[in-house]
Amino acid sequence: MKSYETPIERRRAALANKQGMTSNRRISRKTRDNIIGYLFISPWIIGFLGLTLGPLLFSLFASFTDYNITSKMNFIGFDNFKRMFTIDDLFKTSLWNTLFYVIFSVPLTTAGAIFLSVLLNQKVKGMKFFRTLYYLPAILSGVAVYFLWMQLLSPSTGLVNTFLAWFGIEGPAWLFDPEWTKPALLLMKMWSVGGGMLLYLASLQGVSNSLYEAADLDGADVIQKFFHITLPMISPIIFFDVLTSTIGSFQIFQEAYVMTENGSGGPGNSLLFYNLHMWNNAFEVFDMGYASAMAWLLFIVVMILTIINMKIGKKWVYYEGGDNK
Amino acid sequence: MRTAAAPKFYETKKFKDRLKQMLVFIVLLAGSVLVISPLWWMISTSLKSPAEIAQYPPTFVPKEIHFSNYVKAWQTAPFTRWAMNTFFIAFCGMVGSVIVNSLVAYAFAKIRFKGRSFLFMVVLSTMLIPGFVTMVPQYILFSKLGWVNTYLPLIVPAFLGSAFFIFLLRQFMMTIPNELIEAAVLDGANHIQIWWHIMLPLTKPALIAVAIFSFNGAWNDLLGPLLYLNDESLYTLQIGLQTFKGTVQTQWHYLMAMSVMVLLPVVLLFFFFQKHFIEGSNIASGTKG
Repeated sequence: MKSYETPIERRRAALANKQGMTSNRRISRKTRDNIIGYLFISPWIIGFLGLTLGPLLFSLFASFTDYNITSKMNFIGFDNFKRMFTIDDLFKTSLWNTLFYVIFSVPLTTAGAIFLSVLLNQKVKGMKFFRTLYYLPAILSGVAVYFLWMQLLSPSTGLVNTFLAWFGIEGPAWLFDPEWTKPALLLMKMWSVGGGMLLYLASLQGVSNSLYEAADLDGADVIQKFFHITLPMISPIIFFDVLTSTIGSFQIFQEAYVMTENGSGGPGNSLLFYNLHMWNNAFEVFDMGYASAMAWLLFIVVMILTIINMKIGKKWVYYEGGDNK
Repeated sequence: MRTAAAPKFYETKKFKDRLKQMLVFIVLLAGSVLVISPLWWMISTSLKSPAEIAQYPPTFVPKEIHFSNYVKAWQTAPFTRWAMNTFFIAFCGMVGSVIVNSLVAYAFAKIRFKGRSFLFMVVLSTMLIPGFVTMVPQYILFSKLGWVNTYLPLIVPAFLGSAFFIFLLRQFMMTIPNELIEAAVLDGANHIQIWWHIMLPLTKPALIAVAIFSFNGAWNDLLGPLLYLNDESLYTLQIGLQTFKGTVQTQWHYLMAMSVMVLLPVVLLFFFFQKHFIEGSNIASGTKG
């Protein structure tokens, strides 16, 4: 900004500004808004360039090298990517484990959350209490919760198998049996399904009652109303939830790290998820080039899935107020 | 008075509604038992003696209550230190999140600048990038800066904005009428003043939601501390608890006691600010679609 020599000049400039005139001394409102706008968002821009875009490009570059944090970066072409699919058997295991988890956890949590939100949207006594209670597990996370589930899933004295025994079912060894480790994590995930429930509940409360009344007049039953009114009306949230929980499930890491003794991968490597394998490569053996290649492959897979999701979403997501785009 | 054609009592709408309500109530009640029993189990185990934990069949209510488990476990490792470290990191992150994200969100909601809608699309699309993709380069960056084994990699990113919080606050700010801001501009207020005197007070519920989410996120974060903190004296509760397990092995009474302690602040926060947890989620969802 310019400094003014005399008080008169300053006053004149102020007056011009007040009248909305654009003098050549003062910058226009438009320019000022541009500058201020960018100033306000500058923390995000720095973060985006330094912590997202920069790292993305760096890891793309590193994925074609044998970088190990101390070495120089030697260009090795597609060797890292070839290694994943030829030499590294654990890579395939980790990919399979992750896909298994995603394929089961996304539909289970989505259906669970919708079911729960429909129940919690009824007019029943103590509803506020129920909502709070079902949401509670969603805010509990981290190491303490994983320890709790290791205790609950303990084969002989754990709560889960004790409960199953009441019904004459002999519970599996859960975290000690390669066949049951992933279902164990799914069970734990289902416990906190209340987090997603809240999203759906907000959306359900926005569904106009007149739709249901009209359906009643036409003699529709509960199931028909659910599939023809409720589901379409909350489909934007379903879409959003499926999208974000797919991305989230691909990144499963902490539970596997904690529940398998510092990321060893569990019995028969059955809990060696993609990110755990990437983590071990990056920070146990410092094979940063290979880990970067894994990261980029994950990025590409998730991007493709997101695009597919959005394309399919256009077909089944219903946006109120027409303009179905 | 009932006429002959009137429906039987079990055919009336009122009865059907009652029946439906009863069914829903019973299902919800049964579900609550399933949801609450793990927490009950955690507290009950934390108060038992090792002998009682190993007992078969297991007991639901401890025969003898051992509060001393808590004291002994707490003294086995530097938990006081770890708790203060965690609180410090979470508090700094919370302050950064609230100030920075509301500034950024204000610009996206109310200031007209070139490229605004494009940049906002960029903000939204960063939410779709898996965090693990940028983790390795971020680690290299922070280690070149000499930030490893300090709290900087855990706190500084909170001051650089978060896509989800920006989105959440921006949606909330969009509901505030432009006239308010225009009136303030006519009175000679600049954008910093408008942000401070008008926006912050009006968006308080959303800001509280951001504060809670960010505090919770930092409190429960294992990945960051695991990557960047090496000295035990710098540990947070999450990584401390993980180390503690190596020390006490399968002494579940100690492990559960400390798990209860680590979860307690989050639960208290939840019960005090319940409304805001729920509001925060509603803002994020109500606008999609």
